[in-house]
Amino acid sequence: MHLGGSPLHFAQASEEITMRSARTWRELPFHLMILPALLLIAVFSYIPMAGITIAFQKFIPAKGLFGQQKWVGWDNFSYVLELPSFGQVLWNTLYISSFKLVLGLLVPIIFAILLNELKNETIKRSIQTTIYLPYFLSWVVLGGILIDLLSPSGGIVNALLKSFSIEPVFFLGDNKWFPATLIVSDIWKSFGYGTIVYLAAITGIDPGLYEAATIDGANRWKKAWHITLPGMRMVIVLLSVLSLGQLLNAGFDQVFNLYSPQVYESGDILDTFVYRIGLLDAQYGVATAVGFFKSIVSLVLISGSYFLAYRFAKYRIF
Amino acid sequence: MSGNSTKSASTVMYRSPGTGKRFDWFVVVNATFLIVVAVLCVLPLLHIIALSFSSSAAASAGYVKLWPVDFTLASYDFTAGREGFWRSMVISLERIAIGTPLNLLLTILVAYPLSKETQHFRFRLVYAWIFFVTMLFNGGLIPWYVTIKQLGLLDSIWALVLPGAVPVFSIVLLLNFFREVPKELEESAIIDGAGQWTTLWRIYVPISKPAIATLALFSMVEHWNSWFDGLILMGNPVHYPLQSYIQTIVIQMNFGSMSRDELLNLALISDRTLKASQIFLGSLPIIAAYPFLQKYFVKGIVLGSVKG
Repeated sequence: MHLGGSPLHFAQASEEITMRSARTWRELPFHLMILPALLLIAVFSYIPMAGITIAFQKFIPAKGLFGQQKWVGWDNFSYVLELPSFGQVLWNTLYISSFKLVLGLLVPIIFAILLNELKNETIKRSIQTTIYLPYFLSWVVLGGILIDLLSPSGGIVNALLKSFSIEPVFFLGDNKWFPATLIVSDIWKSFGYGTIVYLAAITGIDPGLYEAATIDGANRWKKAWHITLPGMRMVIVLLSVLSLGQLLNAGFDQVFNLYSPQVYESGDILDTFVYRIGLLDAQYGVATAVGFFKSIVSLVLISGSYFLAYRFAKYRIF
Repeated sequence: MSGNSTKSASTVMYRSPGTGKRFDWFVVVNATFLIVVAVLCVLPLLHIIALSFSSSAAASAGYVKLWPVDFTLASYDFTAGREGFWRSMVISLERIAIGTPLNLLLTILVAYPLSKETQHFRFRLVYAWIFFVTMLFNGGLIPWYVTIKQLGLLDSIWALVLPGAVPVFSIVLLLNFFREVPKELEESAIIDGAGQWTTLWRIYVPISKPAIATLALFSMVEHWNSWFDGLILMGNPVHYPLQSYIQTIVIQMNFGSMSRDELLNLALISDRTLKASQIFLGSLPIIAAYPFLQKYFVKGIVLGSVKG
């Protein structure tokens, strides 16, 4: 690159500038299209991110976000760590979410393989549609149903147990049963979703493979094991990796609608904990500190899971 | 080589008539199992519906299984007479009427530029990252709440609509859909003198109608089902959307908002049948639409998970 060039260079340079401005002009509509959404996420996603400063303050709501708050360093964090309930809450979160994660993966895989064995399309589709329905109902609705169903006095499940002369079980009020109830009912709501995803993956398998296997004398189990499962491998890897990012999400909507003080010991999770100390006890700083902890760990988990999904399943989000 | 193929051919000839005639236990057991599980998935809902149409005496005596006992509309009469129910229903509909078009508009407007190649839109990756980061990290509940409060949005319908107005995941789905649109269509439009806006609305949007319809359906379901934001962002219960309203009655069992007359009426029907009716009403639009829009409901996840 020469400094101070010939007239030719100048001409080239000015042409480059015109081209660039023409390009900017051409791209202008794109910027305008994005602008409204950009403003909205700036306000409702990025300002709250900056609001994490609350975790380091003795936050007084009246003074407002970014107001003259008293800074307290890491005090809120050490306060949380000293709370005896925090360790329990963290454990509950991990316990509940890992079970949901593993079963939430296995149950749909098994179901999809079994459904795939059905040759009658009408029955297959009806089952598929039926098991998918609870996915679209809110946890307010499903929670209300479960509370009635599982009630120890008059709920139909306990009435059924009684007819087998089994003692009534207080599924939602007994720490022994509460986590299992959460896990099973979560599977109830969501396994139809996973099943359809896996079925879609199975549809993509070359039917020729099955024909060849039949000719080689493979039975049903061998075909499921050697053709169907490997055919689903990519989707299985993808979904399991992506679900790892959700490890700290034990299901706020569900727990919130089903728990009660007597099962805090086994069912209180990070999100419900944040809600109670933050919005009910108005300890904004402490609740934000817990939320910040969760966000940081989730950031690592989610980024890691996207990275793995990219490495192993060529999954790209953009 | 040739001997081998003759052998497998003879196996096929030998096996296929056999499998056709033999009674296959697996098929029967498998089908039965799947049908039973599918039925178990909806039985709880049927039980609740039966309860809601039963008399309070039958409900509390535990006579109701899957069919109403002493059929009555008492709990629905009671609900229909409650002003709060209708008010929150209107708020829910209002929320969908504003929220879903807004979601779709913003999804389309962001997905289109981001679906371009970097050579056609230099800032594509910068913007993509700005949106993507919101999927990786968030400020958490309290800063989010404080922000909305400080904007003066509490107790307004905008608090239910604006914070979630940019559905980043839908944007990702739609931009991948846009990428599949044949480039020739766009090129011929540009040659005809169409600008980017025209190309988007005249070519991309019409061609992506099925995907957009699916996103619209999911957006509506989400707005209908949302309850937590209503609960914390609406200070006054008169601003609750329906799911928040139902939440306070069914889950929190908070009857504080009822008048004395209503409480007296409530004594006539049982708390249990009333709750059952609220649960049913809360899920009714989805259950009613489900059989007809099944295709789109299913397409939604296939779109979402195993995208191209």
